[in-house]
Amino acid sequence: MTAVPAGRKASRKRGGPAKTSDRTKAERKLAYMLCAPAVIVMLLVTVYPILYAIALSVQRVDLRFPEESGFVGLDNYVAVLSSPLWWQDVFNTTLITVVSVSIELVLGLALALIMHRALFGRGLIRTSVLIPYGIVTVVAAFAWFFAFDPSSGFVNSLPFIGEDKSWFGDRGSAFSVIIMTEVWKTTPFMALLLLAGLATIDEGLYEAAKVDGANAWQRFVKITLPLLKPALLVALLFRTLDAFRVFDSIFIMTRGSQDTESVSILAYNQLISRLNLGLGSAVSVLIFIIVLLIAFAFVRGLGTAVPASQGEKK
Amino acid sequence: MRNRSPRAYLASTAALLIVLFYALIPVLWLLSLSFKTPATVSDRKFIPQDVTFENYTSLFAGGLDSALLRPLINSISIALIATVIAVTLAAFTAYAIARLDFPGKTVILAGALAIAMFPPISVVGPLFDMWRTLGLYDTYVGLIIPYLTFALPLAIYTLVAFFREIPWELEQAAQVDGATPWQAFRKIILPLAAPGVFTAAILVFIFAWNDFVFAITLTSSDSARTVPAALAFFTGDSQFTAPTGNIAAAAILVTIPIIVFVLIFQRRIVAGLTAGAVKG
Repeated sequence: MTAVPAGRKASRKRGGPAKTSDRTKAERKLAYMLCAPAVIVMLLVTVYPILYAIALSVQRVDLRFPEESGFVGLDNYVAVLSSPLWWQDVFNTTLITVVSVSIELVLGLALALIMHRALFGRGLIRTSVLIPYGIVTVVAAFAWFFAFDPSSGFVNSLPFIGEDKSWFGDRGSAFSVIIMTEVWKTTPFMALLLLAGLATIDEGLYEAAKVDGANAWQRFVKITLPLLKPALLVALLFRTLDAFRVFDSIFIMTRGSQDTESVSILAYNQLISRLNLGLGSAVSVLIFIIVLLIAFAFVRGLGTAVPASQGEKK
Repeated sequence: MRNRSPRAYLASTAALLIVLFYALIPVLWLLSLSFKTPATVSDRKFIPQDVTFENYTSLFAGGLDSALLRPLINSISIALIATVIAVTLAAFTAYAIARLDFPGKTVILAGALAIAMFPPISVVGPLFDMWRTLGLYDTYVGLIIPYLTFALPLAIYTLVAFFREIPWELEQAAQVDGATPWQAFRKIILPLAAPGVFTAAILVFIFAWNDFVFAITLTSSDSARTVPAALAFFTGDSQFTAPTGNIAAAAILVTIPIIVFVLIFQRRIVAGLTAGAVKG
């Protein structure tokens, strides 16, 4: 709160006249009126509910037993954090996030380089990669489910794959299919962000490096990667946070059976299936905190990356 | 820079084919399943042996009580309403941020970014409880409100990026030449702003069309349930028949609008998706 007047004072000093003119006042008023509706809607469904979730998480609220409600302090958190299921799900979610984002990064970079360097068919490539991006996640999950399903899928008729391999019957193969679905759906997003990053790199740098005798790999490592770092970090941040919320594909493919449950599925089960709002909200708040920590780590990484690249320009 | 040797052409063709194969294989499989009869649905063949439209027609048998018609109407209405409201609100905000000078600009942009990263599952419980008290549970409004919230950051970032590129001086120039403010807005600014507004609208529509978490947690019946949620609860004609063909047919139907959008507006979608990121 105190930061705002301080900032105003500073800008006034720079701006010259000590008093804000009527015109500036009117402009500010208009700006606030224009921004108000969007800001209110955004706060209404995020800040208020998250505070409400925190309030619910320190109470016993079970809609099946409404009369037993009451303040229980941190009991719900203790219950969640001491349950092996929570840690199992945190592990599963982290595994899916790390593996799928790593594969997406490599594939997405390859795809971006293909699109950047393709001699023809760029439009066709762009159209086809936008289909996985735009397709409904539930549909993508069904598509891959039906492809791997032993009774109707074509995958089991491929060479080197057991005729009756039950892909969703054990943890390892179920995870592979879930991760594959995530990778298929979201690699295009990664590729498009990286492609935009590639487009900002000056072609002259490559020419100069060629003249100096750098080979293709050296040009990639010494020019492309460092200059792509800001775009890479932005893409990684969004994909990591998105992957951590994985819900749709697991819900469709296994509903969390074979120990493939993610933290979001756990929250859904507690909140909606068991109507245990207290315990479910504790899970929700913990997920929120984890996402906050991931975002914070990335933003710090970005903060150190951006000044470095700006410094080079000067 | 680019060498146009036969080898380069060969590499480009190979890359193109791999990408096409990668992107289209699951969609083609769904398409194939959707035309198969119950007898051939398990034959694992890519080309259906006897083609049937039964999977599509049975989705709509019984009109409004059918498996798909109500969810389809819900999906289209909810996504359209959310798109119109989100883009309107985002346009106001983006105009203020791009054109006006006021303190708090960066706070709004940072807040929008924070919401883009916010995990929707964390607000599902409170919304479920609040909506039941307010009577918004299982209604259009109950879904539209969260869609607005989570689509606004995307729309605001896209529109700010577009609005910053508009040469606003033209508006004054037109007025100097004798145009009324309304004429200046309609003839000069509107055509320049339209592509950005359109791009934001497509991205918001795709987001709302795609959502599953809110759709299954904030609805309980076909009165507001959208297609993705309805798909997850599809059942076969009897408990012994898996609704594979029906699900595949419904999945193809909800994919058609997306494919049409992508074919017509691919440049805009790419521009919108990367608008915020390039400057970051």
